[in-house]
Amino acid sequence: MEPFVTLTAPAVPLDIVNVDTDRIVPARFLRQPRSAGYENFLFHDLREADPGFVLDRPEHRGARILVAAENFGCGSSREAAVWALAGSGLRAWIAPSFGDIFLENSFKNGVPAIVLPLERVAAIRAHLRHAPGSEITIDLPAQEVLWAGGRERFEVDPFRKECLVAGIDEIDLTLRHEAALSEYERRQRAETPWLGHSRIL
Amino acid sequence: MARTLYEKVWDAHAVATGPGGRTLLYIDRHMLHDGSFHAFEALRRSGRKVRRPDAAFATPDHYIPTRGRENITHPELRDKVEALAANAAGTRITFFGVGDDRQGIVHVIGPEQGITQPGITLVCGDSHTSTHGALGALAFGIGASEVAHVLATQSLWQSKARTFRVNVTGRLGPGVHSKDIILALIQRIGAFGGTGHAIEFAGLAIASLSMEARMTICNMAIEAGARSGMIAPDDTTFEYLAGRPYSPSGADWERAIARWRALPTDAGARFDREVDLDAAALEPMATWGTSPEHGVGIGGLVPDPARQPDAARGASMEKALRYMGLAAGQAMEGIPIDRVFIGSCTNSRIEDLRAAAAVVRGRKALVPSMVVPGSGLVKRAAEAEGLDRVFTEAGFDWREAGCSMCVGMNGDLVGDGERCASTSNRNFEGRQGKGARTHLMSPAMAAAAAVTGKITDVRKLVRE
Ligand code: SF4
Repeated sequence: MEPFVTLTAPAVPLDIVNVDTDRIVPARFLRQPRSAGYENFLFHDLREADPGFVLDRPEHRGARILVAAENFGCGSSREAAVWALAGSGLRAWIAPSFGDIFLENSFKNGVPAIVLPLERVAAIRAHLRHAPGSEITIDLPAQEVLWAGGRERFEVDPFRKECLVAGIDEIDLTLRHEAALSEYERRQRAETPWLGHSRIL
Repeated sequence: MARTLYEKVWDAHAVATGPGGRTLLYIDRHMLHDGSFHAFEALRRSGRKVRRPDAAFATPDHYIPTRGRENITHPELRDKVEALAANAAGTRITFFGVGDDRQGIVHVIGPEQGITQPGITLVCGDSHTSTHGALGALAFGIGASEVAHVLATQSLWQSKARTFRVNVTGRLGPGVHSKDIILALIQRIGAFGGTGHAIEFAGLAIASLSMEARMTICNMAIEAGARSGMIAPDDTTFEYLAGRPYSPSGADWERAIARWRALPTDAGARFDREVDLDAAALEPMATWGTSPEHGVGIGGLVPDPARQPDAARGASMEKALRYMGLAAGQAMEGIPIDRVFIGSCTNSRIEDLRAAAAVVRGRKALVPSMVVPGSGLVKRAAEAEGLDRVFTEAGFDWREAGCSMCVGMNGDLVGDGERCASTSNRNFEGRQGKGARTHLMSPAMAAAAAVTGKITDVRKLVRE
């Protein structure tokens, strides 16, 4: 996985609450292989209905950071939502809250999903509306977001941070715990043998 | 120390500690479906093998047509269904395919086959995996990268969720069902009221629910933002599991029961958050907007965004009303509908079909309506009771098992601008099809909508 350390880039505000992953990538596109480029389906129906959709405005073209509203990425577990956003060039997102599965999927794909207090995120979005194309800096090791209005400290799960900053492959990390996994399986066979079979085929 | 159900299952599966204090959690059982192809692809690319094929179960549900499926003509749908069969065969994963009565929606067949059990960890690349928590399992949805991780390692790096208990007291009134409990809860705590939490549903109202009714509640925990919802296993759970194909049997059954009885939350265990809900005060619910939190009692009105204290929320509500083609202050009852869908992992089990059939019996559907059983076995059971005839005589379509119009990936779509009364779990914009307008409700309420052509208080149609 590509590491993420710091990023200074233009940011784009998205003011909609409860943006679900069905809206990020409508279900009918999920049949496509990943090589089809999920960015082509990003916010497909929203964009079609609204030619002035914020991501399509010229002043937001080079945006690499998305600043969203509450509960961004709720709903379906589809990882395609993250692939579509990342495929369109976005490398980080900030919101007051994220769907839990979306949050996990983001970090798994090398994208930090950063949670800041509601009023701070609202202030950043307001700033971006008034000064489109403004840059924001995300410093993951320092756990800070810098923008024209100041410096915001954020909390991040230390595991996610460490994996992302170092670009660690989680499966490799897990396989270092082979002994513990085998030990669990030995115990499972002894204590709950019915969980470890497939007698019906 | 007194522990919660969630904490007990968690502790029993924590196998190692990693960076930042994260826990490596062992996963006992893994469900896969025809949308899991990305994960198999990732696994293949990395050259890794499936660690525990005996712990994984696969069935096509999202892409599978609900008729004409012995010979799927749509190439993309056929590809997905065939890819799952090939992936399962290639990795020696147990597979329930077309023509096998055990095929169905993953979250229906897990419990139905006894794959889901109290105290286990269970995951699936689908957010409604929370359903399985109804049996006292710690079950949660995961993304494709995590599915690949589980296939390769049978474990996941997780951080503990905060605990949240919802105490549901009182008795449900006639015509009010478990779907109404969960819609009312989400309306109250919001679509992200449970984010970061594992919810335990407790209280007498929950304990008195059937196993299937409990599944409907846990199914929608994710719509309140919680990745998992759990209910303490009890005699209802054990009776439900007895004799199922993958349930323990013989001497193992007694051993299992003894273990399961130790799972419920200890007296005095602390939750990070608690909420009370009075089931007796509930009326049948329906949603008016585009988030599951947009629920209202059937006697209520479409709310007014202008009265929202929070501006962003008000704006989102306004947008939802525009999408739904509704006006603030409009009565919920009487909103004309174009279509009815009875199905999905929320409400496609035999009890759901019985509840709908009780309303439909002797009446006619006034709008196109379909029933999609959750599994081949549910379909057979319903046919044995004659429910299929009740539906078909009323003009309903009676289909084969799958996700169908819950998400429309298989082509069962709600048309642009059409208004659908649906027993599914998501009323998101475009969820059932581009421009589709979804009203979530219970099977009884959806049946009432079908036979009246509008959103109707089911209590006016049946005297229970
Ligand atoms: S029925 Fe709907 S919610 Fe359930 S698994 Fe299928 S698509 Fe997902």
